[in-house]
Amino acid sequence: MTEITVLTPTGSLGYGFDVEAFNRAMGMGPHVIAVDSGSTDPGPHYLGSGQPLVPRISIKKELTTMIVAGVGAGIPVVVGSAGGGGTNTHVDWMADIVREIAAEKGLRFKLARIYADIPIERAKQALRDGEVQRFEASFDLTEDLLDETVALVGQMGHEPISEALRQGADVVIAGRAVDDCAISAFPIWKGADEAQAVHMGKILECGALAADPGGMDVMVGRVADDHFVVEPGSTGRRATTRSIAAHSLYERENPFEQAGPGHALDLHDCRFEQSDDRSVKVSGAKIAHGEDYWIKLEGARIAGYRAICIAGVRCPTMIERIDDILDDVRREALDYFQDNSLKIEFHVYGRDAVMRGMEPEKQIAAHELGVVVDCVADDQDVAHAASHHASGEMLHYAYPGWYNTAGNLAFPYSPSDLKAGPVYVFSAYHLMKVRDPLELFPILLEEL
Amino acid sequence: MAATAKLRDLAPVIRSKNAGPFRLTFDVLFDDQAMYEHVRDSGAFTEKSVAAAFGVPESQVSSLFHFDAAMALKVTFYRPTDQCAIGETDAYGCQQHVPLMDLEVPAP
Repeated sequence: MTEITVLTPTGSLGYGFDVEAFNRAMGMGPHVIAVDSGSTDPGPHYLGSGQPLVPRISIKKELTTMIVAGVGAGIPVVVGSAGGGGTNTHVDWMADIVREIAAEKGLRFKLARIYADIPIERAKQALRDGEVQRFEASFDLTEDLLDETVALVGQMGHEPISEALRQGADVVIAGRAVDDCAISAFPIWKGADEAQAVHMGKILECGALAADPGGMDVMVGRVADDHFVVEPGSTGRRATTRSIAAHSLYERENPFEQAGPGHALDLHDCRFEQSDDRSVKVSGAKIAHGEDYWIKLEGARIAGYRAICIAGVRCPTMIERIDDILDDVRREALDYFQDNSLKIEFHVYGRDAVMRGMEPEKQIAAHELGVVVDCVADDQDVAHAASHHASGEMLHYAYPGWYNTAGNLAFPYSPSDLKAGPVYVFSAYHLMKVRDPLELFPILLEEL
Repeated sequence: MAATAKLRDLAPVIRSKNAGPFRLTFDVLFDDQAMYEHVRDSGAFTEKSVAAAFGVPESQVSSLFHFDAAMALKVTFYRPTDQCAIGETDAYGCQQHVPLMDLEVPAP
């Protein structure tokens, strides 16, 4: 097999890359430009709401660079997990941007959309058939949870993307996909060793984050029969055996074994060798295919509606007794509203807002505290009223040693209480068996 | 009593991050093979010692690995709250590493 070269412009589309590094990488003769665009890492909000993780301006700017270069060089452009959540809404949003770019730049090419929404009924049927597995979630998937689910996607493997490329797509906008698939799909379609391509995808999907120094920037991978070589696009960065090996740890639990749809990647025998000053050769990944093909479901539901208030406390007598005051304010507000759905949390910056129960420093050393009053209820207006009520109580809370009777909170904003909208939480993060890798990921092609 | 050092003085990178919405993972990366092996073999970086540094039960530790290829120690917790559930404090989980910086290990 001839070597396949993949250019990945950045670790997540819209987070930026150096255009000079991109152009330099284009000079290395890539066969495909491929980038990941989503993750669960920013939380379930984007999945649930359908809002894009990265604003349109940034996506359009970077997609323009990629598509102009890709069409110019006659090589495909692949984007996985469009819009962050990878729902149909996200795919349509990004496909619109692609059409706009084509029109503005006068480019003609074939666009593929690949959808990843999973019909709720399909998942319910899988539950009834015993074809859903729990693996990392803290809860079991149930039909009730699926009824509450407002968005459900499946993580596609490389197969739907490879299929879109086989059908002649020049630009592929894929919905939710396993992070490495955008990168591995083209090489696998062209006959690359699957283990090497998938492992390379796991490194390239974060762009130059695996380089030294790491950053959101261009990374190039060349995959051959039994190894691959990675090199950053920017001459200001190097791939080192340490930086590349360390990336096997990033955002993953197990650096040795990583499961994907239909396969398990075994990295126990990986070797990392410095092939020249700026590139690293990686070999030794092995892949095993399961008898059945399981995909990961990701679902989101609305847990309520949030309102918040941000306030500062400077008076030492209030800081001294902040726990008692906040307990009292919470109790009073819950009593006032008599709404079982209402939850009031206080994030006390300067004490334990970041680590809460895992915070080893138990004493407050700060001369001021930041408090975020965080109210969630089934009704947005109740949450908003509760936030206003609680912050008002804190403002005028009477206690022994109360000096500033005019008001004991500093609000940086007016209005002090802000409606934050729906609170999305994960309702599914489970494995579901499918008949084949293409079953649930429809491919739609159009000529632009 | 034998001299001890803090992990922050021996390892240049100590980081935390989500590993999916239900796990919190910590990486300790060394830049010196001897130092890595010293800490790895010291018996100071264990499920028990790490859990104690965070004041959580050992049962909250999901896994612990030595990853020689990257001169790295890795430990993963079940997340204290599901990511972005009510009560979330750190959506990306990337400011939970500090107790590991202060973990006491035998001085090299």
